[in-house]
Amino acid sequence: MENVDKELLKEIADMEETPQGAYNIRKNGQGIERKVTDNVNIVTKEGVSGIDIYVKENTKFEFVHIPVIITESGLTDVVYNDFHIGENANVVIIAGCGIHNDHEKDSRHDGIHRFFLEKNSKVKYIEKHYGEGKGTGKRILNPVTEVYLKEGSSLEMESVQIKGVDSTIRVTKGELEKDTNFVVTEKIMTHGNQYAETEFDVNLNGENSSTHLTSRSVATEKSKQKFISKVYGNTKCFAHVECDAIIKDEGKVQAIPEITANDIDANLIHEAAIGKIAGEQLIKLMTLGLSEKEAEEAIINGFLK
Amino acid sequence: MLEIQNLCFERDNKKILDNINLKLDTDKFVVITGPNGSGKSTLAKIIMGIEKQDSGKVILEGKDITKLSIDKRAELGMGFAFQQPVKFKGITVYDLIKISAKKNITKKEACDILSMVGLCAREYVDREVNGSLSGGELKRIEIATIIARNSKLTIFDEPEAGIDLWSFNSLISVFEKMRESTKGLTIIISHQERILNIADQIILMSNGKIEKMGSRDEILPSVMKDTICCRLERKE
Repeated sequence: MENVDKELLKEIADMEETPQGAYNIRKNGQGIERKVTDNVNIVTKEGVSGIDIYVKENTKFEFVHIPVIITESGLTDVVYNDFHIGENANVVIIAGCGIHNDHEKDSRHDGIHRFFLEKNSKVKYIEKHYGEGKGTGKRILNPVTEVYLKEGSSLEMESVQIKGVDSTIRVTKGELEKDTNFVVTEKIMTHGNQYAETEFDVNLNGENSSTHLTSRSVATEKSKQKFISKVYGNTKCFAHVECDAIIKDEGKVQAIPEITANDIDANLIHEAAIGKIAGEQLIKLMTLGLSEKEAEEAIINGFLK
Repeated sequence: MLEIQNLCFERDNKKILDNINLKLDTDKFVVITGPNGSGKSTLAKIIMGIEKQDSGKVILEGKDITKLSIDKRAELGMGFAFQQPVKFKGITVYDLIKISAKKNITKKEACDILSMVGLCAREYVDREVNGSLSGGELKRIEIATIIARNSKLTIFDEPEAGIDLWSFNSLISVFEKMRESTKGLTIIISHQERILNIADQIILMSNGKIEKMGSRDEILPSVMKDTICCRLERKE
């Protein structure tokens, strides 16, 4: 592995050494390293690019790392990864994509991840997107996440995109059965002329299913962001959608809520707040000795923490 | 320690502060009181640099700080507790105390400060300073940030505003403790008799002017008498 690979892996998956548990590292459209364990098997798909990850039922607590790195300019990498999580299993899955582009051609990664959670299983899914490099070629990431939750299962997803991604369109879908819980926390910061779009589409089909979707974003310079949340309450269920955005310079953010109650017992809440940093927050931190710039940084760092 | 010279502040053709002159010594607990709209909060904000005066000077320990920014005044050892504590998203109580302390204090040290303001530290130290906290809790956290700064001049803008009676009672005991232990000059804007009772000095403001100023024993009886008169007049 080259140094640039190691740096990207550190950035997206905190991987400095060989990770604990099962892993599959993909570079420039090819799997380059893989390890399976007694409980986690990884199999290359046939016909399409991607892998199937099988987690055995009753797996107590394991980590699975599946990072993707792209260092080749001009490459479009499309990958289909399916996660099959057995009954009562409990795993932490760390994905993420890092693009290093020093040249003129666009580099693009579209990761389509599907999660099939069997009864009472539990997944924490962490995904980090990052771009770097001096080239004029764009760094483009379009992740699709589909989540299918069987009775009693839960998935908590954390996605972070703080730096260097020129364009992203992220789609997250969920189909929730009885007594399931789907929590998503996403953090996005855009600079320059970057564009980020997030779309949630969640169906609460089973009784007592619930979802919490939280987006915190900062749009700076001339960047633009769009947040679309579609939640359908089809039975007795609960949903809370929250979009909080800070705008700076000429940054623009659009939030489009769409919550649909198809059942009398559906309880759906949507909150959206967009605005620049409140003057009183800056003043408070300045009374504690921070300069205006330091105060602004502290507020943004806290907001995206 | 603090000197105000010929301070004027006018908005919408109304004199909010009308030629204020003031000299305050260190190691004193000074309470500024007076009716709403008398200019107390504006004076406090101008001292801290949050508002800019139209004319006049603010002098701290002989140094003219009139043109200094808020953060530069903070660096000189000034602190300010807001009437409505500011809320943040994502910044925790521990983060805020660390920023206040100007150094990397441990969680244990932060907890000690929270205990001083009557908060069960372990429950609060990792909480975000956001709308999930009550007015009384935010107020105590605000005071904790002030204690962490260990400033030589601290201004409290109506610490009693927006809190319930229970929180107020414990707030008073925090102030009583601070009065015993704090060195430096403390200025409190307040309407509360119990805060006036622990003052060394009371300044009574009215219509943008200092109407009376003196020791607690000199000023408090007349302030209380005026208040009673007001109550009686209103009844009639």
